[in-house]
Amino acid sequence: MNFIHERLLGGKNGMIGIAILAALIFIILPVSLDLFRLNLVGKYLTYAFAAVSLVLLWGYGGILSLGQGVFFGLGGYAMAMFLKLEASDPVSTKIQSTPGIPDFMDWNQLTELPWFWEPFNSFGFTTVAVILIPGIFAFIIGYSMFKRRVGGVYFAIITQIIALILTVLIVGQQGYTGGINGITDLRTLHGWDIRDDSSKYILYFINAILLFGVIFLSRYVLTSKFGRLLLAMKDKEDRVRFSGYDVSNFKIFVFVLSAMIAAIGGAMFTLQVGFMSPSFVGIVPSIEMVIFAAVGGRMSLIGVVYGTLLVNFGKTMFSETFPEYWLFLMGGLFIAVVMYFPNGLAGIWDKHGYKLTSCIKNLQCVSVIKTFIENKRTKKIEAAND
Amino acid sequence: MTSTDFTLAIEDLTVSFDGFKAVDNLNLYLDKDELRVVIGPNGAGKTTVLDLICGKTKSTEGSIKFRNKELTTLAEHEIVQAGVGRKFQTPSIYENLTVYENLEISFPRGRGVFGSITFKCTEEVDKRIKEIADEIFLEPLLDMEAALLSHGQKQWLEIGMLLIQDPELLMLDEPVAGMSVKERDQTAELLKRICKGRSVLVIEHDMAFVEKIADKVTVLHQGKILAEGDMQTVQNDPNVIEVYLGH
Repeated sequence: MNFIHERLLGGKNGMIGIAILAALIFIILPVSLDLFRLNLVGKYLTYAFAAVSLVLLWGYGGILSLGQGVFFGLGGYAMAMFLKLEASDPVSTKIQSTPGIPDFMDWNQLTELPWFWEPFNSFGFTTVAVILIPGIFAFIIGYSMFKRRVGGVYFAIITQIIALILTVLIVGQQGYTGGINGITDLRTLHGWDIRDDSSKYILYFINAILLFGVIFLSRYVLTSKFGRLLLAMKDKEDRVRFSGYDVSNFKIFVFVLSAMIAAIGGAMFTLQVGFMSPSFVGIVPSIEMVIFAAVGGRMSLIGVVYGTLLVNFGKTMFSETFPEYWLFLMGGLFIAVVMYFPNGLAGIWDKHGYKLTSCIKNLQCVSVIKTFIENKRTKKIEAAND
Repeated sequence: MTSTDFTLAIEDLTVSFDGFKAVDNLNLYLDKDELRVVIGPNGAGKTTVLDLICGKTKSTEGSIKFRNKELTTLAEHEIVQAGVGRKFQTPSIYENLTVYENLEISFPRGRGVFGSITFKCTEEVDKRIKEIADEIFLEPLLDMEAALLSHGQKQWLEIGMLLIQDPELLMLDEPVAGMSVKERDQTAELLKRICKGRSVLVIEHDMAFVEKIADKVTVLHQGKILAEGDMQTVQNDPNVIEVYLGH
């Protein structure tokens, strides 16, 4: 009990934060929004996985990755490959010159399914691959960089380049990956239509539950000695090393974990949006993810979820009216947050939130209810005494 | 010599940076339970010797044996796990953690990734942390953020972080730099207490402090040993007076 309270929920304050967020995501938003908007929120919440992963990696670990989109994308592509194969059965693709393979392969004169697509016929394999492929990829990158003590700005640049390389690779290998259009026209999962209304609701809730699962997992990791070691490394890496820890292993682990978390978001993105394309893999989405984390507060697992929602709502509203200025606004927002609110929304809440809560406590209606309840209670006690 | 009774045996150790020999053919032996002070003018290679022992700098030639175990080929964390602790010249502590957390992190258990995630601060760990805190005069400040400690207290905390690992060889780089007179006395007393059961290697500039603690002093100059012996002998050595004490 104590374990759940302290390690997963983060004590009393953490619990209040989780409860408010859960109420928002599980009740308020589904009740108040129409399905189209709720589906949008679902899409935003898949980005929140990437933002949460950056709390671990960047906020606590001090390792800035400008390539979280890579892992988000790999997870998304893994899921998209499975769904695409299911959508490409011989019957519905009988007009192609080679029926039974995805349409874009047929357009690119491929006559059989490439070998690396084969295992994605299995849903079991796909679920494992969604997490494992990005994990292994992150391990290779992390191992080769952290063992050589590459860090800081060099790490950020290299991850950004990897995001660029992967985009170029996906776009260039059109026959294998669907190219710039991505993998589109996804329909069913084991015969279950993911496009109809009820499944959109179900996917929204699955996504939300997974997000909370990931937050609990991250909290568990961050409240352990591992979390304190991350903070210690950020401050005095040498001291940690000369206290007998192999610093690179810790960095590799947190990088791999963050890659896996971002990948789950990517897979849920594919399921809810119905396609995956290189525009969610490259540099721009990767940097956007960093902005979500910065705005929400990179030290706060809950804060970044709000940051993601807020920036994305802003993006949707603003880019409907002034599409050409959005990127400038986004850049300005990032600079402003870094300069004036280094701890983001979570920092503002920690500093001024108590005013709001005390304000609510002082509201007339609250005090009326309070006296009402107290009166009832005293009457009850009196009645019991009689 | 392949096998020795020394805790630390440095033989023919050389390190050169682009031709400049910071440490030149150095031989140094440290007995069990010995407290050795290394002095010398700036640039004599004192800190470099510590860097070489703890693996921060790799040697060009020579060997460093700690309890007959070759250290020159080991990684830093392996050297620490073999039982060598090192304090840096400027206090190197985790400013954003509390004193307690600083000591907890340094506790030598759960050093692997998964070990650290499942690490539990048991009663035994808690007891040991309080013991060490008491020893380094920081018991009342356990819950204070380390950034708020005074300079001297930070030095003590770092010594405490090493003590909790119970190393067999403790290396301290200028432990009393920036301390008040009272703090220096306390530190001298602390060093005398903690060198029981382990060897201690101290680099220090403050001669008054050295006199207080040293059994044996080694004077380094230009990467070489200039003199070695008890304080009295070293202080009267004409070479030492010439290059170091006289100035």
